Amino acid sequence: METKGIVFDIKRFALNDGPGLRTTVFFKGCPLSCSWCHNPESRVFEPVLLFRPARCIRCLRCVEACPANAVAVEAGLPVTDPGLCTVSGKCAEVCPSEAREIVGREYSVLEIIEEIRKDRVFYEESGGGVTFSGGEPLAQPEFLAALLRVCRAEGIHCTLDTSGFAENKVFLKTASLADLVLFDLKAMDPETHLRLTGVYNKEILENVVSLSAGGTEILIRIPLIPGLNDDERNITKTGEFVLGLPKIPGVELLPYHPVAKEKHERFSFTYLGPAAEVYPVERVDEAERILSGMGLSVIRRDRD
Amino acid sequence: MSERIDKLREKSFKAVPSISAERARIITRFYRENEGKYSPCMMRALSFMALCRDKTIWIGKEELIVGERGPAPKVVPTFPELTCHTLEDLHTLEKREKVNYRLERDVLEVYEQEIIPYWSGRTMREKIFSHVPGEWKSAYEAGMFTEFMEQRAPGHTTLDDLIYRKGMLDLKADIDQALFGLDFLNDCQATEKLESLRAMSTACDAAIVFAERHADLAAELAVQEQDPVRKQELEEISRICRRVPAHAPRNFREALQMYWFVHLGTITELNGWDSMNPGHLDQHLYPFYKADLEKGILDREQAKELLGCLWIKFNNHPAPPKVGVTAAESGTYNDFTNINLGGLKSDGSDGVNDLSYLLLEVIDEIHLLQPGCNVQISRKTPDHFLREACRVIRKGYGYPSVFNADVVVAEQVRAGKSVEDARSGGTSGCIETGCFGKEAYILTGYLNVPKILELVLNRGTDPLSGKQLGPDTGDPEGFSGFDELYSAFEAQLNYIVDLKVRVNQYIEQMFARYMPAPFLSAVIRDCIENGRDYYNGGPRYNTNYIQCCGIGTVTDSLASLKKHVFESGSVSMGEMLEALAADFKEREPFRLELVNRTPKFGNDEDYADSIMEKVYDSLFRTIDGRPNTKGGQYHLNMLSTTCHVYFGTKLGATPDGRTAGFPESDGTSPSHGADRNGPTAVCMSLGKMDQVKSGGTLLNQRFLPDVLKGAAGLVKLSQLIRGYFRMEGHHIQFNVVGTATLQAAQENPEDYRDLLVRVAGYSDYFCDLTPDLQAEIMMRTAQEEF
Repeated sequence: METKGIVFDIKRFALNDGPGLRTTVFFKGCPLSCSWCHNPESRVFEPVLLFRPARCIRCLRCVEACPANAVAVEAGLPVTDPGLCTVSGKCAEVCPSEAREIVGREYSVLEIIEEIRKDRVFYEESGGGVTFSGGEPLAQPEFLAALLRVCRAEGIHCTLDTSGFAENKVFLKTASLADLVLFDLKAMDPETHLRLTGVYNKEILENVVSLSAGGTEILIRIPLIPGLNDDERNITKTGEFVLGLPKIPGVELLPYHPVAKEKHERFSFTYLGPAAEVYPVERVDEAERILSGMGLSVIRRDRD
Repeated sequence: MSERIDKLREKSFKAVPSISAERARIITRFYRENEGKYSPCMMRALSFMALCRDKTIWIGKEELIVGERGPAPKVVPTFPELTCHTLEDLHTLEKREKVNYRLERDVLEVYEQEIIPYWSGRTMREKIFSHVPGEWKSAYEAGMFTEFMEQRAPGHTTLDDLIYRKGMLDLKADIDQALFGLDFLNDCQATEKLESLRAMSTACDAAIVFAERHADLAAELAVQEQDPVRKQELEEISRICRRVPAHAPRNFREALQMYWFVHLGTITELNGWDSMNPGHLDQHLYPFYKADLEKGILDREQAKELLGCLWIKFNNHPAPPKVGVTAAESGTYNDFTNINLGGLKSDGSDGVNDLSYLLLEVIDEIHLLQPGCNVQISRKTPDHFLREACRVIRKGYGYPSVFNADVVVAEQVRAGKSVEDARSGGTSGCIETGCFGKEAYILTGYLNVPKILELVLNRGTDPLSGKQLGPDTGDPEGFSGFDELYSAFEAQLNYIVDLKVRVNQYIEQMFARYMPAPFLSAVIRDCIENGRDYYNGGPRYNTNYIQCCGIGTVTDSLASLKKHVFESGSVSMGEMLEALAADFKEREPFRLELVNRTPKFGNDEDYADSIMEKVYDSLFRTIDGRPNTKGGQYHLNMLSTTCHVYFGTKLGATPDGRTAGFPESDGTSPSHGADRNGPTAVCMSLGKMDQVKSGGTLLNQRFLPDVLKGAAGLVKLSQLIRGYFRMEGHHIQFNVVGTATLQAAQENPEDYRDLLVRVAGYSDYFCDLTPDLQAEIMMRTAQEEF
């Protein structure tokens, strides 16, 4: 039987997900629950309903179309009761203005590959390729492995963007098929990690070490989340950990982006992350100073 | 930037464009006194001489390169022999909100007493309109097409390296040789050629006279000058103006002054479209630059300052004022000089040199409205040059635009030019391909392609004017399927193009007969050898272009009819026609379904893209290869300049969900907001258009500044360009500006007077654009991350 997977977006001309010009495939579903997540719609594996009130023309076709009678009119605007909604997709089908959309659907490997192939010319011109991101791609390991194998066979550079949270054997077998693994290290202290992401980091750290030992190219990425993990202690601890890896990788700093709050609202998710403010460049400088001081190669994309 | 350039730049930026009656007065007096005495070409040559002899000469403080077309910087002459402005036109030009021209003190008086009385009934425009058929006029007024030659002369002319090798006296010697070779016994046109050649010779004399007068004035000013440094500069100007253009230049500075005199000569003689253009300026000047550096008589900074002086000269020359439809299709001060950097040499080697980089610096530092500038990128062009160009693009001036030199060569070779000539060619105006210095490549007018579909849906009638403009191709409700609809589209297309070409043929003969351009002819290859004027088949190559607008809008409209009416049947043809006639009033959900549920061009999806290919192929087959009257052919051009906005006002609602009056898609870009898969998908869609068969395409891309930040952003922009060019894209250009900035500029125009944006194949000040055009630019899909 052909392997299928749930994907919520395929974005061409991705510039920040690895080298060159890339197509990024966003897997749906993630075992972590970081409050600052940029893609809150990707947490659950099932398709979700997206509603953009600004686009709604109040034609109310959705009220009629809903088989579960979950859409009610509040102050002229059709609002869906998440408790009643079965995500049938009927409201999105009749919505003329794309105010309603079902995010996430099942794809075959071939469907994804056909999308990936389209920008081959640009991968070749730029040293780019495909990036598998999410959600957590390793939460769908067979689907991911199938995609990685086809891309490798076709000579398309593969980057895997992962939290590293997966069972070690599965992780190694799958991640080692990628040409480059972008590894997010969110916090070094296990309890902090649990508090911020909902899981302990023991498996994650073990996976980094064993993948590094196997020789796969790695780039460590540290999201700098104001007040949560950007303290000197965590940055230093992360740096020390990276220095201890069998093959020392580069470290990229990803300052918090205020888009997260707006994206939560679009999907009617409660936002518990930090205030939506632009991350101060001085604090990125500070983190860079610490890590560079330890002899690490630091990458930033927020300046020339 | 040197202090001198800083001052000159500020003056040029702040000078308010105005209209002078000086040229009109000189030309009118000459015609009045000499009417009937000479052949038309000699009339032109002698009136050019009168202009060169009598016009006011200007040498400004701080200037090193001298010469103005008008009596002073940014003072624009008129060309009453082509189209004579009425007093009402002049008032309109002065009073209109955007792109207005102040009137010099005596303009209205001189026009009323001298100019209008003489030219009434004698202008080219009147000659043209008196002989066009009624059906042409109806189609023209309905906005089916425009006519380029009704207010400006044919042009789109770019020079090669001829003027750096030969002065006017050398050209006169060539003319004498051609005269000597005339065969009066066997060539029935020999006498006609004799007249043409004598006119060219007189025009060369006129250019020398013009320069001599500058030499005299500079010498005079030098005598009066107290400052010893400026005194010396003026003496040097005087020496140079005695040398060029009579003789070929010997050094870098003489070469610049040489070009500028030739430029002024051509734009004084007539107001040909797109001004005049030096073409591959970096390649032409490099031998002088290199030799001067080696001799130690020039350094890089001095060269840069001299180039800066030339750059400001371009900006001192706003476009001649237009009225009516022509103002609507190109309402801008920009006169479209578009200098080429990089590219290929005629032997096929890479054309980038030190001056290419130096010119990028000049462009970046001066960033005025004019001149426009582009980079020609071939497979051989170093990545470093492309990245340096991207660095300037990222500043957001809208230039340089980027061309695929390999495709520009392939287009010309396909059209029958030698490969060496093709490589020395390039692109001018907006995106038009031409063989520099050897070709008359004339734009004839824009074609409103979506309106051709509108005719199909209304049995050949224009719903706006109610007039029958095309043949009755049958009741759309009776069409059995998409193929029948499409056959009707081709029938209408063929009819309209016939109508357009028929009048083009007539107009170009009118110019050949009544309005030859002897000075221009002298500097374009083979006119002398052939003894024929530039407008009469004199150049080595003679091309006519028809510019097709709205490929995105027509593709999406056809895709909508195919999908919703003929395939799914979700709406009947009758209902669709009713909705279009009602401009979707009370039918917003239906309109949005068409907007959101129609496969659209620009997403790298074959459903719509294959329809684009079909339409493009029909345009190609209908236009390409038709003979013009000068021994050349018609070719296809895919350019809209700002005409997609004007055409949009003449077009009712369309089946893609576009409402009546809304702009059409621009150039070969997707419709506004139709492209949802990012710039690589747009490039891949465009890659399906066989662009080598065109004379140019135009792709606008808008980026939010954040996307291109950092060294990596620069590299990635250059990689996007390389990828598109590998797909044989002809051209791509960028606006790098945020919507918030544009909104702020609308609210506080005073604070954003120097905000340049890319409009069509040229940049313009955002605040000088009409509200329609401002809105159009803001609606362009912004490529972003996240």
